[in-house]
Amino acid sequence: MPLTAIHYLHVSQPRHGRGVTLLGSQFTVREFKIIGKRIPPKDAFDKVTGTGTYVYDMELPGMLYAKLVQSTKPHAKIKGIDYSKALQVPGVVSVATGRDFPFRIGIYVGDRDLLAIDKVLWVGHPVAAVIADSVRAAEKALDLIYIDYDPLPAVFDPIESMKPDAPLLHPDLGRYRVSPAFKPRPGTNIANEFHLKRGDIEKGFSKAEVVVEGDFSLPFMSHVYMETQAVIAHYRQNGYIDLWTSAQSPFAVRYLMGMSLGMPMGRIRVHVPYIGGGFGGKAGLGWEPLVAMLSRKVGYKPVKLLLTRSEQFRLAPVVAGVRGWGKIGLDRNGRIVAYQARFIFDSGAFGDYTVNVSRTAGYACTGSYEIENAECESYAVYTNKIPTTALRGFGYPENHWVLERLIDKAAKELGMDPVKVRSLNLLKPGVSYTGTGARLREDAGNPQKVLEEVAKGLGWGEKARDSSKPWRVRAKGLAVSVKGPSQPPDASASAIIKFNEDASVDVLVGTGNFGQGTVTSLAMIVAEEFGIPLDKVHVHELRSTNDSAYTWQTVGSRGLFTDGSALLEAIRDAKSKIKRVASAALRVSEDHLEIADGKVYVKGKPWHYIPLERIVMGYTFENGNAIGGPIIGSGRHIAELNTYLDPDTGQGTPTIFYTFGGTGVEVEVDLLTGEVKVVKAVQAFDIGKAINPLLVEGQMIGGFVMGQSRALYEEIIFDEMGAVANPNLSFYYVARAPDIPEEWVLRIIETPQTDGPYGARGIGENVMIAVAPAIGNALFHGLGVDVRHLPMKAERVWRAIREQRPELYQKALSALKEEIRREYESLTRR
Amino acid sequence: MGQVITLKVNGVLREVEVEPYELLADVLRDKLGYKGVKKGCWRGECGLCTIIMNGEAVKSCIILAVEADGAEIETVEGLARNGRLSPVQDAYVKNAGLQCGFCTPGFIMASEYIVRRNANREITPGEVRSALSGTICRCTGYKQIIDSVLEAHRRIKIVR
Repeated sequence: MPLTAIHYLHVSQPRHGRGVTLLGSQFTVREFKIIGKRIPPKDAFDKVTGTGTYVYDMELPGMLYAKLVQSTKPHAKIKGIDYSKALQVPGVVSVATGRDFPFRIGIYVGDRDLLAIDKVLWVGHPVAAVIADSVRAAEKALDLIYIDYDPLPAVFDPIESMKPDAPLLHPDLGRYRVSPAFKPRPGTNIANEFHLKRGDIEKGFSKAEVVVEGDFSLPFMSHVYMETQAVIAHYRQNGYIDLWTSAQSPFAVRYLMGMSLGMPMGRIRVHVPYIGGGFGGKAGLGWEPLVAMLSRKVGYKPVKLLLTRSEQFRLAPVVAGVRGWGKIGLDRNGRIVAYQARFIFDSGAFGDYTVNVSRTAGYACTGSYEIENAECESYAVYTNKIPTTALRGFGYPENHWVLERLIDKAAKELGMDPVKVRSLNLLKPGVSYTGTGARLREDAGNPQKVLEEVAKGLGWGEKARDSSKPWRVRAKGLAVSVKGPSQPPDASASAIIKFNEDASVDVLVGTGNFGQGTVTSLAMIVAEEFGIPLDKVHVHELRSTNDSAYTWQTVGSRGLFTDGSALLEAIRDAKSKIKRVASAALRVSEDHLEIADGKVYVKGKPWHYIPLERIVMGYTFENGNAIGGPIIGSGRHIAELNTYLDPDTGQGTPTIFYTFGGTGVEVEVDLLTGEVKVVKAVQAFDIGKAINPLLVEGQMIGGFVMGQSRALYEEIIFDEMGAVANPNLSFYYVARAPDIPEEWVLRIIETPQTDGPYGARGIGENVMIAVAPAIGNALFHGLGVDVRHLPMKAERVWRAIREQRPELYQKALSALKEEIRREYESLTRR
Repeated sequence: MGQVITLKVNGVLREVEVEPYELLADVLRDKLGYKGVKKGCWRGECGLCTIIMNGEAVKSCIILAVEADGAEIETVEGLARNGRLSPVQDAYVKNAGLQCGFCTPGFIMASEYIVRRNANREITPGEVRSALSGTICRCTGYKQIIDSVLEAHRRIKIVR
């Protein structure tokens, strides 16, 4: 069988909605030289030669190394720490404990300590830091630090933790700094709660022909970005801090450091070279403030902290486990008349991003559908386990796992095709209101087309192909998904371009580069707009808060949309400056000038031109007189017309775009082992415009496999102390090359969004959201087996088959026995 | 108590003093400066430290440096000549067989081994998948990596 069959397709949609034509010539007429081409990533050379530098690789003169002592108790008071012996290890410079840093930090809820202050909250909680002249000396010293604990009752289950008599992790919750959108409940373990209310839920359900409900869950998972967390901090005697960190969002690191340490922002310089993966796990603030403080403590020397994989699993934030519940009502025509859902996010010891992930799961609970009556509640709850943070998808994989599965169950109950039910209820751009009561912009994309392409790509309605063995069954399933960036309503971005003497361009942006391809796309935009070769556009891999343009964060699939929009404004700015100079040099009005092919020329007389080289540093007349000067363009972007959400009903406008997508799968299930193999993947997304289809496909494939891995294999296992029991890549399995589907159908749909760069919307996260529901729906459809808890690992699927379809299991067993008997007979006959 | 070992790394003879407990990956990275050798798991699970030692692809984080005394070693840094990429590297670039790039050196070395080892025969996509199963990539979903290896293998066969 051939490895792959990529069916590549662009569907342009100049008209849509209710017959409204709304797209200007920007989208329909323009022909591109570079935009839309399949161009390899610009940083590929550095990466294939192994010469790109990550923080993991960096060493500074005089650098020291830090190692962290992990708590062995899930919840306990620290009575005393004796590190006198550790200080005697040759090479050990200093030991720090929580008492050295008596303050708390946190992106939304300031609940986090740098090192445990007086009490520990999970097995793994960093209690002390050793700083030494080598990693080995620091490691030796770790074993010589004695901590005297006074154990406290611990709570590991989020439901238990919500009860009034549960042991409190954060008795001071009411005194922590909290961002306005969040509502911790002091005196409880609830780090945040969110409520969405729309319409009349009782009335809605009263109109329902069928009502289906169910409990669902997702386990804790690890991001498994391949570069573990790494930070180098140099607190300088002159009051500046230089940080080199493997972080997604350098400006967020600076802002949060400044806020929590009370330092002037300009004195904190955050440098980010190549990043070995992020997936949300390196957003916000990590170890930076701790390592900066350690650097000061050891006499202003640079200090590096690098986590090993096992440390990464035990003490760095992972992804929250979720208990979900949903209830959906369909009327006899298949319209969704009411939807109710509840999500309890097991946040672990700190709230970090999970408070916002849970909030997002709540406000986006109605997915891609128009649902007039909806009530969703979502909680982030502290437990004595490893803290949790953001992951690619940010609440959407969680709420889709509930909603997209319930749709199929309800459709079956009603006797309707689930594709039909979806089609009937999908949001209509320009017409429908989302779950937060925001009217969907009319250029938001074409959800119907997405669904159609997934169904077509999967061959929906056609029987699944025969499996290789009678005890294996093939099945098809699909799900749709939506994703918008979860960002504050005033999140902004900027871009600067500056010309070099040879009319090449340096692009200064703040958006992080961990492989998403945004940087290549941004360079392509500059090359396109000035008509210069891509080789002449340079985007340095290093981001530095002191000389990169600001962007709020690199999260939420926002980079191309926000930073790309800012870049287009910077290009317009530079062009107008170039034209002003050229107008004097060519003696025509600025309005009559055009910039293309690396020249500025007179419209209609392209032979009357000045090459950009002669203008971008200033234009010199024959007699030596000069005008203009070096050209720099700057541009900005800020989210428009977004609002805070109503604190009681969750109503408002939370996002700048929604990307609609869908996933279809064909799976082969071994009925005797429960093993699920994905044989075919269909991905369809309406991203407005594919700036670089090669890299868009990379996102669609990579996101699918990450989604598949989460759906089928991944799960952090906790022991009775709440400690991570599988902190390595043998017992925490992630998808490997042999696991991926052999057949791929990738569909890019292009319904441009007027305010996106060339009409583009974000793609980076949506690509994994519908994968688990699609696989779950395939099991449900093809096998009649309902698995509602992730991962759908072999053991769980096997149990589900035996419990729900025992006859299927028996038939498969007989088929296997029959085959063995036949084989045996043919052998004995010989 | 250190011991001096000799390695031929990317064609250059290197002498280096190592401790008996030191791992080959650490010696290559920290003492000899081959930072292309990455560690992602510290225990032979992720394949990021893959190098070619005496003609075989091995994971250098589970080999003691002293065991490698006298070995001929190739790391990712040795593949490109004067800015010209090897066919494997070039295929990775063209197919976008990389994203964050952190696993790329390990994959490139595993792929070099696959392509060389099978230079005289056809290879199936299934064989490439199995041969790459020891290395983890979290970004790409492997497809474009597998495509890169198949393309490099085709090109090498044509050249020969």
